[in-house]
Amino acid sequence: MGLVTPDFGLIFWMTISFLLVLFILKKYAWKPILKMLKEREDSIDEALKSAELAKDEMARLKSDNEKIMQEARGEREKLLRDAREVKDKILADAKVEAKIEGDKMINSAKAQIESEKLAALTEIKEQVVSLSIDIAEKIIKDSLDSDKKQKEYTNKLLKDIDLN
Amino acid sequence: MSHSSKLIRVIFLSFFAVLFSSAVYAQHNDKVEETDKKFNPGELIMEHVSDAYSWHIMTVGEHHIEIPLPVILYSKYSGFHVFMSSKFHYGQKSYKNFKLAEGKENPLKGKIVESVNGKDIRPIDISITKNTLSLFISIILIFWLFISIAKSYKKRRGKAPKGIQSAIEPLIIFIRDDVAKSSIGEKKYMKYLPYLLSIFFFIFFNNLFGIIPIFPGGANLMGNITITMVLALFTFIITTFSGNKHYWIDIFNTPGVPWWLKLPIPLLPFVEFTGIFIKPFVLMIRLFANMLAGHIVALGFFMLIFIFGAMGGAIAGYGGAIFSVAFTVFLSLLELLVAFIQAYVFTLLSALYFGMATEEHH
Repeated sequence: MGLVTPDFGLIFWMTISFLLVLFILKKYAWKPILKMLKEREDSIDEALKSAELAKDEMARLKSDNEKIMQEARGEREKLLRDAREVKDKILADAKVEAKIEGDKMINSAKAQIESEKLAALTEIKEQVVSLSIDIAEKIIKDSLDSDKKQKEYTNKLLKDIDLN
Repeated sequence: MSHSSKLIRVIFLSFFAVLFSSAVYAQHNDKVEETDKKFNPGELIMEHVSDAYSWHIMTVGEHHIEIPLPVILYSKYSGFHVFMSSKFHYGQKSYKNFKLAEGKENPLKGKIVESVNGKDIRPIDISITKNTLSLFISIILIFWLFISIAKSYKKRRGKAPKGIQSAIEPLIIFIRDDVAKSSIGEKKYMKYLPYLLSIFFFIFFNNLFGIIPIFPGGANLMGNITITMVLALFTFIITTFSGNKHYWIDIFNTPGVPWWLKLPIPLLPFVEFTGIFIKPFVLMIRLFANMLAGHIVALGFFMLIFIFGAMGGAIAGYGGAIFSVAFTVFLSLLELLVAFIQAYVFTLLSALYFGMATEEHH
């Protein structure tokens, strides 16, 4: 069968030709083509990666900004709160101090009033005593003008004593 | 627009095909009268798919148009001979002591033999035959195509592909990613990739040239067992030489099978060892048989025209031509698909064999 018998001449030419194909295509076609393909794929990969990176960077910056804003807001809040606290404290302190001061003043005023009152009372007592003595003197002088009256009074006193 | 122009092209080609076939038909009618032989489609098909010392283009009436090709011979008896095949006058005459062997049962039929003392002896024959010339033409086209593509890659460095470059690039990437990388593995595929790309495009383009019915296409190169044998041998040699320790261990001492398959009678090692040779053998047969069968079937449908013509006259011949041409067009389209599939299968299997040979043990 001619169809399935390999032919020497064709083997010879085919081997030479195919070796040539392998060699030339490898050197002048596949090497540059595969290199360029790889290069292009790498550059596309690179571009995609850097785009991704830029996106991440953007997101990071945005979140950073957000954070800074948040911090600033927090800071402001804190400052305001502190100021309010300080104000409240000062007010409270002032109140307390004023109250103490007032109390002190009231107390001293009270004490003074008390002592003045005492002094006045003492004076009044003394006057009352002296007035009483004067009155008593006058009364005694008046009533004990006669002997009879002296006697009556003495008797009454004696009665009162009630010699027990 | 392009659709209708394609349709016009198909009709145009079919018209030519009919013309062409009637020319051949006429020739064979003459032969019938001349030689008193019956029209033999089988013989004609075999002539078309076989190698030849000249490239027959067409026959117009009595006149053969063919390209004579150089014959290069070395004979033990008479040394080197280089002459054109036209010296044989289509096999009718002998030149010096050489002639084309004849005889129906002769295994050397159609080959050049030397008559030495009345015996036909085959000299060493490295003639540029039809297939050899077709091989050279396709190789030149392949070189031109791929080197110009490589140039356009250099010119358009880092840019998107353009023109023919973008037609070939998907195939290159397909072979690289889906054949080489997936069969051989990430680490070693680069070593085999140039070979795989070369066989893929070599087979694919030669298959396509085989479908073109007129010169310089039309030679049945990939349906020639010699060509597929050389290709399979390349795959075999590369596989065998890149086989690592594990590859040979897997063959001679296959792990994971019962010992009695290996020990007194080395049944499995024998099977595995034969496999080394069967694999490339199957590669050879598959490509050869597919391409040859495609050619034979397409020609067979064509021959129907003449068979009808021979049976029922010219009208039956032309009537049959409509169906035959339709079938031939259909088969040619099928052949386009087969051209790709066979190139792909050959490349994929080669890659798988390389992958097996270089696989690291798990």
